[in-house]
Parts: sequence; C-alpha cells; structure tokens
Amino acid sequence: MLLVSETVSGLGNKMKRNARARKFSSIVLIVIVVVLALSLTALYQAYELFLMNDPTMGYYLLIGFIGLILSTYMLLQTRRRVQKFTLETKPVTTTIICPSCDFKEVRNFERGDYILKELGPCTKCEGIMMISAIYREIPEKRKEEKVFT
Amino acid sequence: MQLNALLFQGLIPGQDALSWIFQIIFTLLFIVFVFYGQRIQMYIMVREIEGSLLRLKFIRDEGRKIAIETIKEIGKPKTDPAERVDQFLEYVTIPPESMDPAGVVWKLEHILDVRETRFKDEVKLIAPAADETNVNNLENTLEAAAALNIIYKVIRHFYILGKKTLSLYIIMQIQMILPLIMREAEAYASALKAFSHGQPIGDGAGALVAAKLMHRHRKKKIEKDCVVAKVPLEGRTAFVIKAEGPGGNVGKPGEAIKRIVEENDGKIATIIMIDAALKLEGEKPGEVAEGVGAAIGGPGTEQYKIEESILKYKIPLNAIIIKEDIGDAVSPMRKEVFEACEVAADRVKRVIKEKTKEGDSVIVAGIGNSIGVGQ
Ligand SMILES: [Zn+2]
Repeated sequence: MLLVSETVSGLGNKMKRNARARKFSSIVLIVIVVVLALSLTALYQAYELFLMNDPTMGYYLLIGFIGLILSTYMLLQTRRRVQKFTLETKPVTTTIICPSCDFKEVRNFERGDYILKELGPCTKCEGIMMISAIYREIPEKRKEEKVFT
Repeated sequence: MQLNALLFQGLIPGQDALSWIFQIIFTLLFIVFVFYGQRIQMYIMVREIEGSLLRLKFIRDEGRKIAIETIKEIGKPKTDPAERVDQFLEYVTIPPESMDPAGVVWKLEHILDVRETRFKDEVKLIAPAADETNVNNLENTLEAAAALNIIYKVIRHFYILGKKTLSLYIIMQIQMILPLIMREAEAYASALKAFSHGQPIGDGAGALVAAKLMHRHRKKKIEKDCVVAKVPLEGRTAFVIKAEGPGGNVGKPGEAIKRIVEENDGKIATIIMIDAALKLEGEKPGEVAEGVGAAIGGPGTEQYKIEESILKYKIPLNAIIIKEDIGDAVSPMRKEVFEACEVAADRVKRVIKEKTKEGDSVIVAGIGNSIGVGQ
C-alpha cells in the first residue's frame, strides 16, 4: 500500500511540474507579460497627463485598467488549470475491538484488513479481537451546507 | 467628476484623432462580435473541454499506473504486466440484440457470465500469485481502469470531432454534460484506489448489513459467489444472503433468492432487500428509507430473476435503502454510511416483526459489492 501511494504522489508531482512547465513556457506567458507592461505604461502615462491636466488622460486610464484586468485574468486561468492535477488519497481508518472486554484500537487501514476479520487473541483478556469498522471520516467543513433541510 | 466627463467623452467622437481611433476600435469590435461571436464562444468551449480532457487523461494514466503497481505487488508476475493490462483496458462487451426482446435477459446474463470468466482468467494469468480474494479485487481494479479509459476516449473523440467539424452542436453537447462526466470519472478514480487496497466501499452497505446479521452463524456457499446463513431473528428463521467477501464481488443474489424460495417450496413470508441507493442532492448521506420492490442495481438480470421467482408464490418484497451519492458509493465507505448500516439492521428486524408471524421463514438479502466486508 505504501509503495503504491508513494509512486502515485511522486507521479502526481511530476505531472504537476510537467504541466506547469508546458503551460508557462508557452506564448501565453509572453503575452501576459507584454500586456501587463503595456497597461502599466498606460497607467503611468495617465498619471503624467493628470499632472498636466490633459483631458486625454481618461483614455490611458481606461486602457491601463482593461489591460491589467485582462492579464490578471489570463494568469489566474493558467494557474487554476495547473492546480487541479492531483488525485487525493482519502485517509481510511480501521477500528479493532475485543468483544469480551472494552479494548478498542483505531489505526490506519492496512492491506488485508476487512470488516469482521478476526485478529487473534486479545492482549488483555481471553477474547478474540476483530475488526469492527473500516471507514473514512470527512472533515466537518467539507460536509454539505445545511440550507433547505 | 472631471474623470467621469472624460470617460464619457470616449463614447462620442470628439475633435481629436484619439477619439476617432477609439470610435473605430469599438465599431470594429462590435462587428467582430456580431459575426464571429459564436465562433469565439465555441473556441472558449473547446478550450474548456481541453482542460477537462487533460484532467481525464491524467486520471486514466494514474488509474493504469495504480493497477499495474498493484498487480506487480500482489500478483508477482514474472514478466511486465503492462502490455496485458493495456489489452485488458480495451476489452469490449457487445450486448445481445433486443429487436425480439423475448429471452434477452438470459442472453445478456450469459454474455456477462462469459465476460466475467474471461476477466478472471485474464487476471489469474497476469497475477499468478494472487489468491481468490485478491483476484476479485484486481479484477475490480482493472474494470475501473477500463471504465476510465473509455470515458477518456469518448470525450477525446467528441473533442477532436468538434474541432474538426467546428459544429456547435457537437461541442456544446459535450461541454454541457462535462461536469457530470468529470464527477463520474473522479468517482471511478477513487473506486480504483479503494479496490486496489481492498477497502470497503459505500456500495457495500447492503452487504455489510447482511454481514452483521449473519456474523457468528454457520454459513453455506450458494449459487455464484454468495453465502447464506440460517439466522434466528425475532423468533423467525431468516435466510441471510450476501455476496461472499472480503474479495470484491457482487455475486448473483437473484439466483440465490430463487434457489432458497424453491428449496422452501415458496413458503417464505417476506423478502427484505437492503441496498445502497443514489441520493438526490440535498439529501443527507446515510439516510435510511423503506419501500417495496427489488432493491438491486446492475444490468437488471438479477432484478428480473427475483421478480420472476416471487411472482409464482406471491411473496411480498420489501426494500430498505441507504442513501449516498455516486462519489460515496464507490469511494471507501463514509462514516455516515457505516453508521447507517446499524440503523438499517434495526429496520430489518422491525419489518420482520411487523410483517410476519413467529415461526415464519424470511429472506434477508444484503445487496452490494462485498469488497472489504467479511461475514
Ligand atoms: Zn479483550
């Protein structure tokens, strides 16, 4: 199990890096940088014209802001695409109990575990331990919102 | 105030050249959007599909990788299993012709049987060291990987076709159902992981209820990968059926029910079926509901058999369902669903008490994939 999950996460990272390299080395990045530079220049121009009380300052301001919004939007688009490239492994826990005494142990799932599996004699009494539960818990914040119940 | 006036000026051409340039740019943009608006929209859609396709490819490759790693770990093959796995991912199943629908259930069942035997043989060849449980788990893992492969290829097909033809109809229909397809693909991906580890999945809720009822009672193997136990419940005799665990399989509960009904000459007071069912958005996972009818999914052959066999003796058929969404159904079992199994087991006892008399015989069938669930 460990082996598999390790290769998976390793692969995930590699894929992520590849995807990022591919995405960012393309023309998109150059375009973003150019647009960003141009819009910043336009904004600076607008400021200079404002100092001179020139009425054409409005156009530069408009161009500057549009360029700024466009380039940040493009940047966010590329980033959002890259971020999704992982497969999450969900933590699964195994609960072991002894029916004769109150022994209870919760540990991570291991290959070969199954519900109602008998695990041999109990460490505290004569009973036989068994796996009573295998499940995954979902953190509270990710649970569905409670509107329209 | 001055700024506002200045911005407003941009909309009406003034005296200077700059105003004219802006006016021309806006007019040109307007014309471009009027004539090429749809095409631009289409390119945006194609890009969106492309993004999802990249993700699908990633999931598929990852699934294949996990399958191969698991086979290497459990099956200890002497040669590299990659090539055989790739062949496996491409298997097709051709459903029977239903132009004349009479008897199509048996034809379908036969084809599915052949498919399963073929798959199992294949897995045993690829993974010679795997025991019965692991063969079942590996088969499930490979089937999930095959499903991911098909999803990826179908979406790729429409993506390429859409780009080639630039038909809005093709691009739009794929773009519109894409969110649902992605959900399904993610579900298959987590199923694949659960199968490769042998973890119980949400779909196994019904099997788990049956397992809890039959625990510590004598079990007998019955028709096609099922086990049955005679359990005294509330003064009645319950034949509890589930698919044999802890390997991943769903068995043929229809066959088993039919067999027990016939062995008891139809003297069965009621049949209770427990299964996981898809919840609607907004419903809580792990909600337990009751009803009537055969609570069983799959290709329909088992449901048909159950309905046929009870019709002859007019046996009432009750259903208890545990609700969960598609993602939960194939991911490792959620705590809420696990806890719902206890509730469902109590409901079974209540239904038996209310619907039958003491000394009656009843059948309790826990439906679902028994992966990670013993008995
Ligand atoms: Zn003990």
